Amino acid sequence: MSSPQHTNTPAQKHSSTRTLQHTTALQRGNEERFVTEKIHVSTTINGEAVEFLCDARQSLLELLRDGLSLTGCKEGCNNGNCGACTVMMNHLPVNSCCVLAVEAEDAEIETVEGIAAQGQLHPVQQCFLQGAALQCGICTPGFIVTVKALLEQNPHPTEQEIRFALAGNLCRCTGYDKIIRSVQAAAEILQEAKS
Amino acid sequence: MSNVIVQPSSTRPRKYNVIGTRPVRHDGVDKVTGKAIYAADLSLPNMAQGAYLRSPHAHARIISIDTSQAEAMPGVLAVATSADLPDPWDKTEELGEGCINYAHLSGNVLARKKALYRGHAVAAVAATDIHTAQQAARQIKVEYEVLPAVTWVLDAMEEDAPLLHDNLFTQTLGEKPTKPSNIGQHIHFEQGDIEQGFAEADVVIEREYRTETVHQGYIEPHASVALWNEDGRLKIWTATQGSFTVRQQLAELLKIPVSKITVVPCEIGGGFGGKIAVYEPPVAAVLSRKCGRPVKLAMRRDEVFEGTGPTPGSFMRVKMGATKEGRLTAAKAWLAYDAGAFPGGMIGPGSMCVFSCYDIPNATVDGYDVVLNKPKTQAYRAPGATQAALATETVIDEIAVELGIDPVDFRLQNAAKEGTRRVDGPTYPRIGLVETLQALKESEHWNSPLEGPNRGRGVACGFWFNAGLKSSAAANVNDDGTVTLVEGSPDIGGTRTSLAMQLAETLGIAAEEVHPQVVDTDSVGYTDVTGGSRVTFSTGLAAHKAALDIQDQMIKRAAELWECQPDDIQVDAGTYGYNDHKQTFKELAVELSSTGEAIVGRAAVNPQGSTNAFSANIVDVEVDPETGKVKILRFTTAQDAGKAIHPSYVEGQMQGGSVQGIGWALNEEYFYDDRGAMKNASFLDYRMPTSYDVPMIETIIVEVPNPDHPFGVRGVGEVSIVPPPAAITNAIHQATGLRMHHLPISPPRLHQAIAERNGQ
Repeated sequence: MSSPQHTNTPAQKHSSTRTLQHTTALQRGNEERFVTEKIHVSTTINGEAVEFLCDARQSLLELLRDGLSLTGCKEGCNNGNCGACTVMMNHLPVNSCCVLAVEAEDAEIETVEGIAAQGQLHPVQQCFLQGAALQCGICTPGFIVTVKALLEQNPHPTEQEIRFALAGNLCRCTGYDKIIRSVQAAAEILQEAKS
Repeated sequence: MSNVIVQPSSTRPRKYNVIGTRPVRHDGVDKVTGKAIYAADLSLPNMAQGAYLRSPHAHARIISIDTSQAEAMPGVLAVATSADLPDPWDKTEELGEGCINYAHLSGNVLARKKALYRGHAVAAVAATDIHTAQQAARQIKVEYEVLPAVTWVLDAMEEDAPLLHDNLFTQTLGEKPTKPSNIGQHIHFEQGDIEQGFAEADVVIEREYRTETVHQGYIEPHASVALWNEDGRLKIWTATQGSFTVRQQLAELLKIPVSKITVVPCEIGGGFGGKIAVYEPPVAAVLSRKCGRPVKLAMRRDEVFEGTGPTPGSFMRVKMGATKEGRLTAAKAWLAYDAGAFPGGMIGPGSMCVFSCYDIPNATVDGYDVVLNKPKTQAYRAPGATQAALATETVIDEIAVELGIDPVDFRLQNAAKEGTRRVDGPTYPRIGLVETLQALKESEHWNSPLEGPNRGRGVACGFWFNAGLKSSAAANVNDDGTVTLVEGSPDIGGTRTSLAMQLAETLGIAAEEVHPQVVDTDSVGYTDVTGGSRVTFSTGLAAHKAALDIQDQMIKRAAELWECQPDDIQVDAGTYGYNDHKQTFKELAVELSSTGEAIVGRAAVNPQGSTNAFSANIVDVEVDPETGKVKILRFTTAQDAGKAIHPSYVEGQMQGGSVQGIGWALNEEYFYDDRGAMKNASFLDYRMPTSYDVPMIETIIVEVPNPDHPFGVRGVGEVSIVPPPAAITNAIHQATGLRMHHLPISPPRLHQAIAERNGQ
C-alpha cells in the first residue's frame, strides 16, 4: 500500500504529488474493472491441474491462500522483502506476493504442501526438525522451499553460498545458525541418497 | 566453532533420562509441511475481511469522522470507530510483562480525541473481501487539526514541548507536580553514599548515550478472527503470547464479563514481547458484532511498524568509579526512555537492570518514562535492559582499559553473586554470573588471538529477570499408557516440548509418549503470558506437579490392585514395584485403564519472586574504514540456563537473541522526518539481519541450577539480547580507537566518526 509522503523541498513535493495523482487515477480507473472482470487461469499446482478465476489485481499469494486454501505460504510483508511466501514457479523460487495470479497460466507451481511425498518428509524437512532449525515456524515453509531449490541447483553449497541463497528469507527467531547447519546436513543426505 | 555445555565444579549435576536430550519437537511436522494454523490462515464460513484507516499525522486533533461514503459502498458490512468502544475506565493492571492502563489501551486501539502518532488506528471497515475493505477505509473522511509533534525524548521533556495528554501528571516519590507534562513517571533508586563512593574512586568515567527506536520484528503480522455471536458470546482466534490476558483485556475494553469470551491461541509467528497488548482483537470483535459475521482483521507490514509496539529509544547518562585495584565504588545513572504515545514504557525494568550485574556499594538511578508522538512502546526481549547495558558495559570497558585490567577479570572482580544487593532493593539468591564469566574466560574463543588490521574484540555481560506468575496444566493418562498434556502457554519457540519433557522425566516415560496441547481459555486453568522467560520455568513446574499428581494416583490404584499399602510401593525411573509385582508406567497405566476411573493429573502454580538470568558475549569485528560497515567475524554467547531441558532450543534462544542484538547494534532504527513520519516502514528499509550478515553463533550453556525449580530451570528466553550491542561497541573501540555512543552504529554513523577523527 502506498502511504502519503511528506516531503520538504518544492521539487520533491512536485514530483511526489504527481506520482500520487497518477497512482490514484490508475486505481480509480481500474478498480471497477478489476472486480467485474474475472480472469480464467489454468495452471499446475503440486502436480495437479488446477483452474481458477481471479481478479487481475490478485497476487499469486492471495490466490493460493484465500482462493485455494494453500495457507502454507505465509504473508510476512507482501512486498518481496521477507520470503515467507516463497513458492517454486517453473522450478525457480519466487516471492508469490510479487507474482500476479494470472501469471500462473500454464506454469508449474510447487508449494510447501507439495514437498513431502505421500507421508514421507523430504530430507530438508527432516533435517530442519532434527536440527531444531525452527522456533515460531512462520518463516519455515519459505525456507524449506528456498533450500530445496538451492540444493537442486547446487548440491554442494559452501556456507557462504547457503547464506547468500537464503538472504531473501528473513527469520527473526533462530539467528540462522541452526538453519544453515540443517541445510548442510540435508545436502549430505541428498548426496548419500544419490551415490 | 562449537556449542558446549558447562557444569561448573561448584554445582552437583543430577542424572536425567529425558532432560538434557534433544527430541524432535511435537509440533515440528506441522510446521515444516505448512499445516500449522496461524491466525491469518484461518477461514470461517461467511467470514468478512477487515481493514484499518490510520492517521497520516503524528499529532492531530480529530475534528470529525464521516463514514457515510464508506458505508454506502457495495460489499461494506460494518465500520467501527472509537465511538463503538465503551467509555474506558482509568484502571491499571499488571499483565505479566508490564502494566496496562485500560483508558490508554482503548485510546490506542482506536484513537479517541487525538491521533498521537502516525499510523494510529482511527477507524476500521469490514467488507465481503479485503480489497473492498481497503477501498472503503480510504473513503472514510477524517478532518484533522494538525498539531506540532515531538519524537525525541529530551525534546519531549522540555517545558514548552507539545503536550500529548493534558491530564498526565508525573508519578514521583517527590513533590506532586501541579502542571501536566510528557513525563509519566520518575523512578528513583539509591543505596549507600554516592558522594563518598565517587570520592573513594581513582578512576571516574561519565558518558552519554542515545539509542533509536527498534521493532521486535516478528515475521507474522498481527491477525485475529472474531465471532461475536447473537447470544453475546465472543470467540477470538488470535496471534498472542497470552490468551488469558487477551481475554482480560477484551473484557475490560468491551465491558463484558470474561465468562462471555473464549480466546483460542493460534500458532504464533514470533512475539518477543510485542504480542501481549491487544490491537486488532477488540476492533475485529466490534466489527463482528455490528455485521453479525465472523471478521478477520490482519495487519500489513507497514501497519506493524507504524502502529504496533516498538521498543524505546533512549537517552542515558552513566557515571561509574573504581579504585586503581579494580573495585567499583560508585555508580550513577540518569535514564530517559520513550514510552511512545501513552505512559508506561520500559523504564521500570531498565532502571532495575542498569547496574544489576555488579556489586556496587554506592549507587543512584533516576529513570524517566516520557510520552512522545511515536507508537506506544512495548516489551522487546528483556525490555529496557539492552539499552541500559549499552551504557553500563561500555563505561565498564573504558574503566578496565584505563586501569589496564583484563575486561573479563574486571567484571569477575565486581560481579554480583549470592547475597549481593541490587540497587533497586532485592538481594540475589544463588546466581550464575561468575560461572558464566568464568566459562567465557576459559573458552576457546577468548584464548584464540585476533589478528589483522581494523579488527577488534569486545566483551559485555547482561542481566534479566525471570518471572514466575500463574500457570496451569492438566495431564490425562490415555488407555495406551501415553499422556496428553493440556496447557495454556502459547508456544513461540518449542515450549510444548520443554514442558512435555519435564512431565516425561517425572513419570519416567519418553518425551515422545507425551502429547502436549496448547488449548483455549475454556479448556485449561488460568495461565499468564508467554513472556518474562517464564514458560519452561513456571508452566514447567505445573507440568512436573501434574505428573506427581498422576504418580500419586497410580500408586494408590496399584496398591488396590496389588493389595498392599501405597507406602509399600516403590517407584524408580517410571517402574512401579511391590514384592513380585513390577510394572513400567505404561504397563500399569494400560492395566489401570480397565480397572477403574481415568487418571487425570492437575496442577496450578504461582511461584513468587523471580529467578535471575545472566549472559555474556565475546565478539570479534572487522571495520571497513572506507564505508563504516562492521562485519561480525566471530560471536560467542555464554548463558546460565540453570538446567537446559532441551539444549537445542536453549541454544536457539541464545543464538536468536544474539542476532537480534547484532541488528540493534549495527542496523535497526526508526527513521523519522521532521513531521514525525517513519520513513522506513518496510523490511527492506528497516533492514533486520539476514543470513548473509552474520556468522555461526557459538554457545556456551552454563548450568548453575536454580534452587527454586525441581530440575534447576532458569528462564532462557530473553537475556541473550542484552549484551550484544555493548560487546560490539567495545569491539569497535578496539578496532578503531573510537568510542561510539549512539545506536545503531550504522555505516554512515561510523563512517562519519572515522572521518571526524581523521580530521576530514
